Amino acid sequence: MTKYVLRRVGQIIITLFVFLTLVYFLLEAQPGDYAQTFLSNPKLTKEQREALKAQFGLDKPLWERYFRYMSSLFRGNLGISFVHYPKPVISIIAERAPRTILLFLTAQILSFLLGFTTGKILAWRRGQAFEYALTIGGVTLYTVFTPWFGLMMIWIFAYILGLFPVGKFVTPTLWRGAPVDANYVFIRILLSAFISSIVLFAILLSTRRLSPGIRKLIRWAGVLVIIAGLLAYWLPSGIVRYALDILHHLVLPVLTLTLINFAGMMLLTRNSMLETMREDFVMAARAKGLPEGVIRDKHVARNAMLPVVTSFIFSIAFVLDGGVITETVFSWPGMGLTLMEAALHQDIPMVMGALVFTGTLALVGHLVADITYAYLDPRIRYT
Amino acid sequence: MEKETRTIAKPKVEILLEEEERRKLREMPLWRVRLYLTWREIRNNWKLFSENKIGLVGVGIIIFFALMAIAHPILMKWVWDPVIYDPIVGYSFDEVMQPAPPSPRHLLGTDPLGRDVLSQLMYSTRSEFALGILAALITVTIGTTVGAVSAYFGGLIDTLLMRLADLIIMLPFVTILIVLSAMFKMNLIILAIVIGILSGFGGTGIIIKSQALTIKVRAYIDAARVAGGSHWHIIFRHIIPNLMPLSFLYMMFSVTSAIFSEAVLSFFGLLNIRMSWGLMIHTAQTAGYLLNPKTWWLIIPAGLSITLLCSAFYLVGRALDEVVNPRLRKR
Repeated sequence: MTKYVLRRVGQIIITLFVFLTLVYFLLEAQPGDYAQTFLSNPKLTKEQREALKAQFGLDKPLWERYFRYMSSLFRGNLGISFVHYPKPVISIIAERAPRTILLFLTAQILSFLLGFTTGKILAWRRGQAFEYALTIGGVTLYTVFTPWFGLMMIWIFAYILGLFPVGKFVTPTLWRGAPVDANYVFIRILLSAFISSIVLFAILLSTRRLSPGIRKLIRWAGVLVIIAGLLAYWLPSGIVRYALDILHHLVLPVLTLTLINFAGMMLLTRNSMLETMREDFVMAARAKGLPEGVIRDKHVARNAMLPVVTSFIFSIAFVLDGGVITETVFSWPGMGLTLMEAALHQDIPMVMGALVFTGTLALVGHLVADITYAYLDPRIRYT
Repeated sequence: MEKETRTIAKPKVEILLEEEERRKLREMPLWRVRLYLTWREIRNNWKLFSENKIGLVGVGIIIFFALMAIAHPILMKWVWDPVIYDPIVGYSFDEVMQPAPPSPRHLLGTDPLGRDVLSQLMYSTRSEFALGILAALITVTIGTTVGAVSAYFGGLIDTLLMRLADLIIMLPFVTILIVLSAMFKMNLIILAIVIGILSGFGGTGIIIKSQALTIKVRAYIDAARVAGGSHWHIIFRHIIPNLMPLSFLYMMFSVTSAIFSEAVLSFFGLLNIRMSWGLMIHTAQTAGYLLNPKTWWLIIPAGLSITLLCSAFYLVGRALDEVVNPRLRKR
């Protein structure tokens, strides 16, 4: 297992390197170069122009610029954003990346759970009107024009029903007298979500082999302990109000992203379930007289899960795309919105930085999914 | 489960022809035999396809939009006055306020610049079809060639092509397109080519390759090799024709992704294009009518059209999947 993980990590690092190289040369290949905006100023004398060029490093040959870029990239220096001058790109990423990561992770996990559950039910009810309705609804959501769907969600839930805020990250009036800034609160939200899910996962794993009665008891106790711990941390801190405000803003984007993505998982689970249902062990389970629910959840679904996890890996890129669009529509100030703004304003260092971030996130997501897959299916590790 | 009959496999397309039919075929000239067999195959496949009601819904939607695309030039020539109804430079003089709500003269109202929304909608249909089909053709041509070549030769070529494909599928497609179209001036044809290259060398290539691997080990490939067929002869005459059904299936999915990408890019105003559904929403947005329920006709028809056409191609693709992939059939 360790060997497999190490090999995958090595491959991912090489892929990341190739990706960065491709992105660099792609942006080099664009018509003109990014210093043109500064150099075409008619007030500049020839010497000033040369000095500016040297400052940007544009007098050097291409390969030297490439090596300089790569070496400073690995030292964590991504340059300075043109639009947010004089903020360095890396600090903008550090500020905004957690927001994207939270949005991405929550939507990805929710859509997996929702898609897998509905897919199971769909396969079991093949040929009924229920299946047709859910399939058509699911496909429509899966191929829906994402920006338009986001707008419809805002329209219905924020404008007509008034349940959620129209967009953005925080309510400015509420934060006027706040003792801390939004990122301070946000990082704590992210950390508590992360720690509680790890604790929950550990409890689930460690109680797997216990007898059902005790297992249930311990699991519920664990959930209560987590909730109590969260309350004990958040209530005395005095920033609950602000945390709730951020979460309130988070609901609608997450809902949109989940609804768009879950159908892919659902349709795939259905197909995979239909294939597994023909296996002999399913007939054996039926012959034993097991209840339908047990056959579905414990015999068919467990085995049908593998292809779904594979597609989960492929869906990472799709969710990231959805994230960029969703963030832009909801004005959620994460990396997607940053990328879009930077691309529109020709802010090349920021575009590079955002692409580096998105690529890294996609590749790390792949790595995690690959390792999960190897854990689920022992056959993978020995190939 | 009450449908136990499913487990008994019944061959759907009979390979052996009836005795009488075979006699009839022997008397025909060769081209007629070929035509007859092709027709027979199409008929059988259609029968399989039409069992799937969801696929038929998709075909219905596509035909509806195709009719809209055909109807637009006819209407412009004989029914609609080009000065008022032109989708790009028209102006509705008989409305006092722009955008005007739906009326008998303008069935879907007018946009903030006084142009007829229905006319724009119908005009855009044509370019959406053109883009979708062009992108899908490029995708499938590249994907099939890449899949067949890398499955047939294996080795270094296979490794290079497949690692490239891995890289492409890992990356967010629309995000890359957004950056590209912000940096370079893109029109519809260039966009179709870029989409075609990205998905042809990416996901489609991988899937077609896995199918090509199963064809490569069939006996008739060995026979062709023994008979002295060259590599390219085997690839183009024996492997690729057998990949065609799967390629055709993936064409449907490529159409969906091409139309979707175009709509997203023109929604953000990144494409150099005269009129499209995404651009109609973009116009409504820049004029400030985005979240106003009173001017629903500016956003809902265009957004719905994109969604419907994308899901129609996707549904047809899924229904074809059940024809091509015997494991998913009911019997």
